[in-house]
Amino acid sequence: MIKVDNLVKAFGPKLAVNGVSFTVERGEVLGFLGPNGAGKSTTMRMITGFIPPTAGQVTVGGFDILEKPIPAKRLIGYLPENAPAYADMTVYGFLNFAAELRGLRGEEKRQAVHRAVDMCFLEAVIHQSVDTLSKGYRHRTCFAQSVLHNPPILIMDEPTDGLDPNQKHEVRTLIRRMGEKKAIVFSTHILEEVDAACTRAIIIDRGQIVANGTPRELRQRSEYAGAVAVRVQGVAGSVVTQKLRELSTVRRSAVVSEEAGSVVVRAFPQPNPRNGELEHSVYDLAVREHWRLLELRTEEGRLDEVFRSITLPDTARGNKEVAS
Amino acid sequence: MSTHTEVISPGGGTASSAVGAHTNAVHNILTIGKRELAAYFSSPLAYVFIVIFLLLSGFFTFNVGGFFERGEASLAAFFVWHPWLYLFLVPAVGMRLWSEERRLGTIELLLTMPVTAWQTIVGKFAASWLFLGIALALTFPLVFTVNHLGDPDLGMVFCGYLGSLLMAGAYLAVSCFTSAMTRSQVVSFIVSVVICLFLILAGWPPVTKELGWAPAWMLDLVSSFSVMPHFESFQRGVIDSRDLAFFLSVIAFSLFTTGVIIRSHRAG
Ligand SMILES: Nc1ncnc2c1ncn2[C@@H]1O[C@H](COP(=O)(O)OP(=O)(O)OP(=O)(O)O)[C@@H](O)[C@H]1O
Ligand SMILES: [Mg+2]
Repeated sequence: MIKVDNLVKAFGPKLAVNGVSFTVERGEVLGFLGPNGAGKSTTMRMITGFIPPTAGQVTVGGFDILEKPIPAKRLIGYLPENAPAYADMTVYGFLNFAAELRGLRGEEKRQAVHRAVDMCFLEAVIHQSVDTLSKGYRHRTCFAQSVLHNPPILIMDEPTDGLDPNQKHEVRTLIRRMGEKKAIVFSTHILEEVDAACTRAIIIDRGQIVANGTPRELRQRSEYAGAVAVRVQGVAGSVVTQKLRELSTVRRSAVVSEEAGSVVVRAFPQPNPRNGELEHSVYDLAVREHWRLLELRTEEGRLDEVFRSITLPDTARGNKEVAS
Repeated sequence: MSTHTEVISPGGGTASSAVGAHTNAVHNILTIGKRELAAYFSSPLAYVFIVIFLLLSGFFTFNVGGFFERGEASLAAFFVWHPWLYLFLVPAVGMRLWSEERRLGTIELLLTMPVTAWQTIVGKFAASWLFLGIALALTFPLVFTVNHLGDPDLGMVFCGYLGSLLMAGAYLAVSCFTSAMTRSQVVSFIVSVVICLFLILAGWPPVTKELGWAPAWMLDLVSSFSVMPHFESFQRGVIDSRDLAFFLSVIAFSLFTTGVIIRSHRAG
């Protein structure tokens, strides 16, 4: 549905987006991650046809966004960053206005507005003027505007920004459910949302894609991915670490925490481990040594850690490693 | 957000694509224009503007223009002030047209809707022009007054109003264009006042004298930008196609430039 090909955007001498390519099909929810100023919003603005790219091509539902902007824009629902809305209108007036520009008339329009109001829990503020709304409600109003015409493609720039925890949860659920039948791209700074809603995630840094995969694949890029952590009672951390290190399946091991008589130690696998091999050997070791094993768990890797290791500037990463 | 499942059709919500492209354009312009007009009347701006416009026209017509002393049944004393009144009042109406959209960020919503840039430009301009027309129409008691006092040439009164409306449209198109240039309404206001002042003064002897060194064709060019001769010919009760063409081309040119600016801004 969305095809982005080698997109470049220069602001003066500065490349905000530098050669970004990806595709999103119906049934996919693509999470767009990246540090501040990475170029997420700029990319979305080019996809929705708000700003033209310096180079590259965007095709939406088969229509080139520059050559056939109107049919392409009809397919898109867009929630811009900061959820802009006309301050002088009521929520109802604003949604009606959006519905009319979307080409909805009469009964069809009434139903679309009603459905969007329902979906975003806006009944309570429907006749309130937009400039008197709280930030979260203004955000929801703009969200409602984007799903009003039930578009097959949704582009959302930080859809959960400014929402309370319950609403954040609702929005994630909604995105995941809508994603079964639509093509959705949304950006976020909240990494749990990637797990909660995305089928795929892209990490973008300084205008370039630095990672692209399912949340699971991304997590596996973490150095903790596949490591086994054990919690053992009544044995010194150094002993556990030493014994673990002697196993042939273990590359290295380290104490994570040691308190109140119980110690947590992490064992890292050798490159390309066979499935379950590390877990089995660690368990067997604990049985052999008569350790009181309170917990044994395989780590999946953490997204925040992957994110940090990929997007931190090289100098900062260097400093951190020196410090630790 | 509540659970809602339903089959999504490929062109979801665009069932009205059956409606012709032409009526669609008109519909979009009307929708945008209606919103813009409602925006004027939902803020104090509209009422403040109308009151000030009426007070100032009354003041200039009666106290300065000597409406009664002229002893003639015409609105000349009323219209003669319009180029100057509009100089400040029209940019005050036009300055928010695009600056406000950019400040609020709603321009991003508007331009990612399935509408073309020229539909939004025309819709917004038409709404503001209509608003100015409403303010102008509210001076109707003056027409009754002259009618009561004497026997005015109603055709001339009509021409006067038409000329005044066209001049307001020209000024408004200029402010529309300056408003697209900046997100600051103050800058937009000042620049459009300066441009409109140029349009008034271009053919004025002190200005042309200052350009005494310039070749004759350049003098003619500069003075041909002046709104005054065109406005005055309407006040004499003449509708000349050249005067109409002048105002309409100022409007068309300014709106065209607005489109270019909006496009280039999006280009960053
Ligand atoms: N209109 C503009 N003119 C000049 N530079 C711009 C413009 N818009 C964006 N930029 C620059 O482009 C870069 C990318 O900005 P963008 O808004 O896409 O970042 P982002 O990934 O959305 O960041 P955030 O997470 O903070 O929202 C930034 O360095 C920004 O300063
Ligand atoms: Mg952003």
